[in-house]
Amino acid sequence: MADRKLIRLLPPLLFAVALALLPVLAEAAGRGYLIGVSTNVLIFAIAASSLNLILGYGGMVSLGHAAFFGSGAYVVGILAHHAMWGAPLMVWPFHIGGTESAFIAWPLAILVSALLALVIGAISLRTSGLYFIMITLAFAQMLFFFFIALNEYGGEDGMSLWNRSHAGPLDLNDNTQFFYLVLAFTLALLFLKHRLVNSRFGVVLTGIRDNPRRMRALGYPVRRYQLAAFTLAGAVAGLAGALIANQTEFVSPTFLHWTRSGEILIMVVLGGMGTLFGPLLGAAAFLLLEETLADLTEHWMIIFGPLLLLVVLFARGGLWSLVERLRAALGGGGERR
Amino acid sequence: MSTPLLEIDGLQKAFGAVIASENLSLDVQPGEIHAVIGPNGAGKTTLIAQLSGEIAPDAGRIAFAGEDITALPVHARALRGLARSFQITSLFPRFTVLENVALAVQAHQGHSFRFWRPAWRDPALIEPAKETLRRVAMTRREDVPAGTLAHGEQRQLELAMALAGQPRLLLLDEPTAGMGHEDSVRMVDLLLDLKQEVAMLLIEHDMDAVFRLADRITVLVYGRAIASGSPETIRTDPEVRRAYLGEEEPA
Amino acid sequence: MLLFLEQTLNGLQLGVMLFLMASGLTLIAGIMSFINLAHGSFYMIGAFVAASVAQATGSFMLGLAVALPATAILAMVLESGALNRLYDRDHLDQVLATFGLILFFNELVKIVWGAQPFYLNTPDWLSGSVEIISGVPYPAYRLALIVTGLAVALFLYLLIQRSRLGMLIRAGASNREMVGALGVNIKLLYTLVFGLGALLAALAGVMAGPIYAVQIGMGESILILTFVVVVVGGIGSIRGAFAGALLIGLVDTMGRAYLPDMLRLALPPATADNLGASLASMSIYILMAVILALRPRGLFPAHG
Ligand SMILES: Nc1ncnc2c1ncn2[C@@H]1O[C@H](COP(=O)(O)OP(=O)(O)O)[C@@H](O)[C@H]1O
Ligand SMILES: [Mg+2]
Repeated sequence: MADRKLIRLLPPLLFAVALALLPVLAEAAGRGYLIGVSTNVLIFAIAASSLNLILGYGGMVSLGHAAFFGSGAYVVGILAHHAMWGAPLMVWPFHIGGTESAFIAWPLAILVSALLALVIGAISLRTSGLYFIMITLAFAQMLFFFFIALNEYGGEDGMSLWNRSHAGPLDLNDNTQFFYLVLAFTLALLFLKHRLVNSRFGVVLTGIRDNPRRMRALGYPVRRYQLAAFTLAGAVAGLAGALIANQTEFVSPTFLHWTRSGEILIMVVLGGMGTLFGPLLGAAAFLLLEETLADLTEHWMIIFGPLLLLVVLFARGGLWSLVERLRAALGGGGERR
Repeated sequence: MSTPLLEIDGLQKAFGAVIASENLSLDVQPGEIHAVIGPNGAGKTTLIAQLSGEIAPDAGRIAFAGEDITALPVHARALRGLARSFQITSLFPRFTVLENVALAVQAHQGHSFRFWRPAWRDPALIEPAKETLRRVAMTRREDVPAGTLAHGEQRQLELAMALAGQPRLLLLDEPTAGMGHEDSVRMVDLLLDLKQEVAMLLIEHDMDAVFRLADRITVLVYGRAIASGSPETIRTDPEVRRAYLGEEEPA
Repeated sequence: MLLFLEQTLNGLQLGVMLFLMASGLTLIAGIMSFINLAHGSFYMIGAFVAASVAQATGSFMLGLAVALPATAILAMVLESGALNRLYDRDHLDQVLATFGLILFFNELVKIVWGAQPFYLNTPDWLSGSVEIISGVPYPAYRLALIVTGLAVALFLYLLIQRSRLGMLIRAGASNREMVGALGVNIKLLYTLVFGLGALLAALAGVMAGPIYAVQIGMGESILILTFVVVVVGGIGSIRGAFAGALLIGLVDTMGRAYLPDMLRLALPPATADNLGASLASMSIYILMAVILALRPRGLFPAHG
C-alpha cells in the first residue's frame, strides 16, 4: 500500500525537484536561456491548464480562450504604460492612475479576464456544439479587433513594457527569481485544480460533460455550473496573461489572436484532456516541437500541420496516457479520468 | 378526492403536423400508480418530457403538489420531487454505480459550489447512496463502472438514481424496456415495493406489468386519451380493445 | 445621401462575398455536422490560383475558369481521402485537424508563391464605373460582384428547392439518418456538397482578389466573419446564411463609415475616431451577441 502510494507520487515529486533545480543546472551548463524557455513553458502550462478545466473536465470546446489570456496581458501592459508616462488611466468617475505593482496589476488582470469570461460565457453557453465553438471564436476575435483599435497602446503593433512588475522583495527582472515565482504559481494551481476536480463542484462538472441532459433531470442547473467553470478558467488564463506580459515584457493583439487559442487547445489535447498533468506536458511538448521544427526548416508548419491531422486521426489520448501506461506497468494506480 | 399530487390540464403539443398531445388531462393521486399505455408513437414519451420540463407544451397547465410548474425549468422540477427515468438508459458510464447514485443524492443537498473536499469521500453523499442501492438490491455492484453493467442492471440503476433524491412522484418511461422476462418480473416486484413510498406515473408496454401495478390506466392514441379508469374498466372497454388491445392481446 | 447609397452598395458587396463563403460552410456544418476551419483556405487558394493564371495569361476570366474547378477538385480529394473520416468524430477533433490544415496550406502557399502579397487586376471590360443614378458613379467591378453573388444565391435557391440533389441536401440538413435510409450514396453526396462549398469559397476568393490583396492569411479573417454569419443565420440554413450575410455586410460597412462621424458630434475628434473605430470593428459581434441572446439557434434554425 505504502509502496503503491510512493510509486504514484514519485513521478510528480521527481518532476517538481527537477524543475526546482533547473535554473541551477542551466546556469552551470552555460545555457541560461533555458530558464526563459522553461518559464515560457510553465506560463503556457497554466493557460492550457485553465482551458483544460472547461475543455477536459467540462466538455466545453472553447476556441476563444486566448481572449482571456491576452486581456490579462493587456491589463498589466496598460497599467504599466500609464505608470511610465504618468498619465492617468481615467479621471472620471474615479481617478485611476497606472501602476507597476504586481500586487495591484495581477489581481486586476485576473478580475478583468474573469469578468470578460463571465459575460462571454453567459451568452455563449446559451448554445452548444458547433454554435459554441464558433461563438467563442467570434468573441475572442472581437476583443482582438478591440485591442487593435487602441492606438494609444500601440494598435496592431502592441507595446513594450519598460520592465517587469514590482513584487515587494522579489526582483522579477531577475530571470531566475521570476522563474521560481512562476513555478510556485504552477504548482499551487495544479494542487488547487487537483482539489477542485475531485470536489463536489468537480464531479458536477464532469457529470455535465458526460451527460448534461441527465444532470438536468437530476436537478442540477447545468448552465450555472458551466458558467462558473468558464469564469474560473478565464480568471486563471488572465493570470497566465499577466505572467506572459512580464515574461516577454511586451503585449500585442497577437496574444489574443484565434490561432493562439488554437495553440492552447492543441497543448491540452496533445498532453491529455481531463488529466492533471496533461496540459503541462502538452505545453512543453508543443513549444519544444515548435522550436525543434523551426530549427529544422523555416517552413516548419508544413510538417506541423499534417502532423496535427495525423495525431487526431490515429493517436488519441495524449502524452499523459503514455505516462499512465508506464506507471501502470510499474504497478502504481492510474488517475481514472 | 384529495388534492392530486400531479394535475395535468388541457395539455397540447404538436410537432409540425404530428399531434403528440391533444387536450390531455389526467392526474396522479398521492400513493397511486397511474399507468399510461398506448401504441408506439402515441405521445407517451412526449408526455413525460413535458412533465419533466424538457419540452414546453403549446398550451395547457401542469400542477405539482398544488403549484403551477408549467414554466419551471427541468432542474427546478426535479428539486421539487418530480423524478424521471429515461426510456433509453441515461447514465454516467465512466462513473461507478455508487458514484452515479451519489451524484443524484448530491443534487438534493443544496448547491454544489464546494471546491475543496473530495466528494466521493463525503459520508453525507456516500451513505445515502449506499442506502438507495440497498433498496434496489445492487449493493454488490457498487464499485463497477456503470458503463459495464448488463442491460437489466442499468435499468435498475436508472431507477435507483431517480429514487436517490427521495422524490414524491416518479415518472417512469418503460422501466422494463428491453428486459428479459426474469429481469422484468424482478423490476415489477421492486416497483410494487416502492409503491408504499412514492406515487408513479408509469409508461409501460408489458401488459402483465401494467395490470399488476396500476391503480388507474389511461390509454393514449395519437395524443388523445381515449379512455381512463380502473384496470378492469380498461380491460373491458370496447373502444380500447379495438384501438389498442385488439392488436396486442394481453398475454 | 449619395455617399449613403455608395456605402449601401459596399455593404451589399461584402454581404454577397460572405454569402458565398457562408453557404458552403453552413451546408457542411448542417449536413455533415462538420466544422471546417480550413474553409478559408479554399478562399485563399482560389485567389492565388486565379491570380497566377491571370498574371501568366493576362486574362482574369481564364484565371477564374481554372481556379474554381482546381479548388473544388483539391477539396474533394481532401474530403474523400482524409476529412470524411472526421464526420463522425467529435467537433474537437474536427477543429484540431482542420486547424492543422490551415497551417499546412498557409505554409504551402508561402513556399509556392512567396510571402509577398500580390494583386489581381480587374478585367478591362469591368475596370470603368457605372452611373447607378445620375451623378453617382460606382465601380463596375464591384457592381458585377454584387450581381454575381445574387445570381449564385438564386442558383443555390433553385438548386436546393427544385433539384433532386437539393431535395437530398434539404433532407440531410434536417435529418441525416433519413437520407441514409433512402438508400442514397451518402458518401458521394457529402463529397459533392463539400466540393460545391469549396468552389463557392474559391469564387469569393477570386472576386475578392482585385479589391483586397491576395495574401497569406486572407482566408482566416473572412472565415471568422463567415462564422458570425453562419451562427446568426442558423447552422444548416441557406436562407439564414443569405440573410445573415447581408446583415453582417451592411452593419460592418455602415459601422465603419458612420460611427466615427456620429461620435464626433458628441466627443472630441481624436477620441471619437479612436472609439468609433473600435466600436465599428466590434459592431457585428455585438449584433451577434444580441441575436443569440434572443434566438440561440440563429434567425432561421434548420434543425428541429
Ligand atoms: N422532437 C420531436 N420532433 C418531431 N417529432 C417528434 C419529436 N418527438 C416525438 N415526435 C413525434 O411525436 C409522436 C409521439 O412520439 P413519442 O412521444 O416518442 O411516442 P411514444 O413514446 O408514445 O412511442 C411520434 O409521431 C414522434 O415521431
Ligand atoms: Mg416512448
